[in-house]
Amino acid sequence: MSYISKPKFQHPNLEPNEIGLTRRDYEGTLTTLCGGCGHDSISAAIIQAAADMSLEPHRVAKISGIGCSSKIPSYFLSKAHGFNSVHGRMPSVATGANLANKELFYVGISGDGDSASIGLGQFCHIVRRRINMLYIVANNGTYGLTKGQLSATADLGSKTKSGEESLYDNIDMATLAIELGASFVARSFSGDKQQLIPLLQAGLTHKGFAFIDVVSPCVTFNNTESSTHGYKNTWENYIALSEVDFVPMRKEITTSYDAGKEKEITLHDGSVIHLHKTGTNYDPYDKENALHHINQHKKKGKIATGLLYINQSTSDLHELQDTVDKPFNRLTNHDLCPGNEVLRDINETFR
Amino acid sequence: MKPTDIADPDYFHKVVDCQWACPAHTPVPEYIRLIAEKRYSDAYMINWQSNVFPGILGRTCDRPCEPACRRVRIEEQPVAICRLKRVAADYKSDIKHRLPAVPKKKNGKHIALIGAGPASLTVARDLLPLGYEITLFEKDELSGGAMRTQIPRFRLPGEVLEEELHYILDMGINCRFGEEISSMKELLKEGFDAVFVGTGAPLGKHLDLPGYEEAKENIHTGIEWLASVAFEHIDRVGKQVIVLGGGNTAMDCCRTSKRLGGEDVTVVVRSGFDEMKASPWEIEDAMNEDIPIVNFHVPKQYIIEDGKLVAMEFEKVKKEYDENGRRLLIPTGEDPIVIPCDDVLCAIGQDNSFPLIERDLGIEFDKWELPILNKTTFQSTHEKVFFGGDAALGPDNIITAVAHGHDAALSIHLSCNNQDINVRPNPLTTLDSQKMGIHQWSYDNDISNDVRYIVPHAAKEQTLNDINMEVELGFDEELAFGETMRCLNCDVQTVFTDQLCIECDACVDICPTDCITFTGNAEESNLRQNMLAPAENLAQDIYVSDLLETGRIMAKNEDLCLHCGLCAERCPTSAWDMRKYLFNTAKAENACQS
Repeated sequence: MSYISKPKFQHPNLEPNEIGLTRRDYEGTLTTLCGGCGHDSISAAIIQAAADMSLEPHRVAKISGIGCSSKIPSYFLSKAHGFNSVHGRMPSVATGANLANKELFYVGISGDGDSASIGLGQFCHIVRRRINMLYIVANNGTYGLTKGQLSATADLGSKTKSGEESLYDNIDMATLAIELGASFVARSFSGDKQQLIPLLQAGLTHKGFAFIDVVSPCVTFNNTESSTHGYKNTWENYIALSEVDFVPMRKEITTSYDAGKEKEITLHDGSVIHLHKTGTNYDPYDKENALHHINQHKKKGKIATGLLYINQSTSDLHELQDTVDKPFNRLTNHDLCPGNEVLRDINETFR
Repeated sequence: MKPTDIADPDYFHKVVDCQWACPAHTPVPEYIRLIAEKRYSDAYMINWQSNVFPGILGRTCDRPCEPACRRVRIEEQPVAICRLKRVAADYKSDIKHRLPAVPKKKNGKHIALIGAGPASLTVARDLLPLGYEITLFEKDELSGGAMRTQIPRFRLPGEVLEEELHYILDMGINCRFGEEISSMKELLKEGFDAVFVGTGAPLGKHLDLPGYEEAKENIHTGIEWLASVAFEHIDRVGKQVIVLGGGNTAMDCCRTSKRLGGEDVTVVVRSGFDEMKASPWEIEDAMNEDIPIVNFHVPKQYIIEDGKLVAMEFEKVKKEYDENGRRLLIPTGEDPIVIPCDDVLCAIGQDNSFPLIERDLGIEFDKWELPILNKTTFQSTHEKVFFGGDAALGPDNIITAVAHGHDAALSIHLSCNNQDINVRPNPLTTLDSQKMGIHQWSYDNDISNDVRYIVPHAAKEQTLNDINMEVELGFDEELAFGETMRCLNCDVQTVFTDQLCIECDACVDICPTDCITFTGNAEESNLRQNMLAPAENLAQDIYVSDLLETGRIMAKNEDLCLHCGLCAERCPTSAWDMRKYLFNTAKAENACQS
């Protein structure tokens, strides 16, 4: 842990975004994670994504559970709302917060222990309930905070730093999310911000449950030659099914692409995801195809990344439940207690 | 780009902008850290090795280091390097026992130095400890050269000057003061093994305008007038004084006039305020003493009444640029301005002059009457004659003279040992890790956000009434400590070992000024644009690694690096390390060691 705080001096040419903030304004406190932890790159990617999108920090809520991953919210957007909840229970808190105020951007941050072991049930249900949020799993295949035991996402045959081999097949969080009905599922790598940042932006903008499984190496306990979640293995076996670009709604599209050979996905607010052809001719709208691709690559020891699946036609929890539009904190006395006449009308309907 | 060769002694030296900019290459951050530790004597000695006159320069240096300071590129004001140097001199204890010993047994070589200014004294300082016999000729009765004659005592107190002159004079020099050399030919006959000419640029320019002949008695050239004041030959000036010129001599003239009875002292400058050559702090000090500076006024004539100077006439001009971008001063057509005066001080430049050197000795001069020299060795076209200071390349400053002195002393030493003086010894460099613990360094990497501290000045009411009273009081220990904390420690280098890097991006993510990028290799111009923040300052290098495992390279823009060490703190494999780069130019004492 560094004893000094990050110097306030910033690059003099750092351009402010549309709301007058620079990337440095989206930072949190100085990280206390191990130097080289992939999770720090995830924070940096979120900082960059939020700055580029000109998100207002006070309109973001960041929620986490327990584990190294769940410390991440401290390290970005110090001006946003935050809740560090109970182990594996981030989905419950996120659901509650989202029900109370649907106007915020919800970023849930969890890890493989938090979401694939103790919180697996919670995870399944939040996917099923279609909460409008971005759910990030910082996936390092190990329990870093308790010094390097195998986690449920460790691949079969992968070894811990002390040499213990994983005897079980892993839980693949991305395929699980697709199966359970998530409407935006992606996988990325903390080391590849070029891919991760546009995915985060698309996930934040996507209306519905967006899930990103980020391979985020544990540099201290799971970065050995025999680990499938280390930097070296990930760099070597990392395959982008699609190259992603995100163009926020407000920005003019200035880059020109070979229009015939790419896919364009327009999100509900008018933002556009550009998918560049990578030779795989991958179709992210096809659920079965997505599952097939991921599994095929996995069999070869490869990690399929990019935007794996998207479905924009599903409704989120609020639409299904027909909830009130206003956040609870803005409901007035009159909204909550509309008076006798309204009660009489309601009673009338039951007569 | 090719991987950076950090073994090249210039590479990291350039990163230490202040040291690189200093003509004598004083290791600035090193002594600033020592001041922070209150190790003033140690800080002083580092200075003394490099620039010989820390107390004098700590008050009077032209400070080329300060505009170079990296702090200017991340905020507004540089570290007050010069004033910190003075702190080392002011607060040190007795350092006489730390001066180099001078051997009793001489080496049999005898060197003549002409002119007892900073250049000659530096040669003496470098050669005396090596056993040379030195004879120092000076036309005045006292040593110091321009440091004594051109700098008023209210900027440089006499005791500071004497102390540092005597560190060298007391090493045992044959002083032949008050003896003006009139013939180089005769001097060379005395059989010296080398002769060093450090006679400065002694001729002040005067301004010959209509009325000059009649007004002559009240028209003085700045440097001669200042010298006369220094030697107490002049102790008064007229009530109304015009100082012509916009350089440091003009500032010294006007401020001195104020102290010698000048009531209406006006500085008149041909060109604009921004173009004035004087150091900003000297202009500021003059203005603080209520001396008006009038710009864009071209002197036209001396106005005489009853055979006496009463005023000067000026033409108002404005600045324009011709199609070649050359600055022109065009008359505005307004009525001439008349400023009344009793005395005029011309501080409009100075020239070299070598009346002592006969032109048939093999010492050649160029069309500007400057000696033809090798600019590294300072040897003239006569193998035994060397030049330094203002006498070598024309009027400059004290620190430049010191740098010349070191180089000339090295040349003389090599030549007296029958070695090729063009083969210069390598600089003395070390590069040592500062790691003390996982996140601890042996330097203070927590950078102060403070703005430049203001130095206290003595009250104007007092200083204007006492020509010997120093105006700038210098930092006290507390202010000095605050100022030292502003130093970014640019000599503590970020050293990258590509074989250790696992490309985790930790350094990229933590860097406060976006210096580090991992990207595909490219030509420098492209690479500069591909950086996380484009590297647009072409004067600052890009540190490039060899190919990494993913086929990318690490590229670091040295320009805005705060040397905070966070890249190295976050690096899990110590691919980044903070290493202190000490650079000292090779001096005579480092050569001819067998």
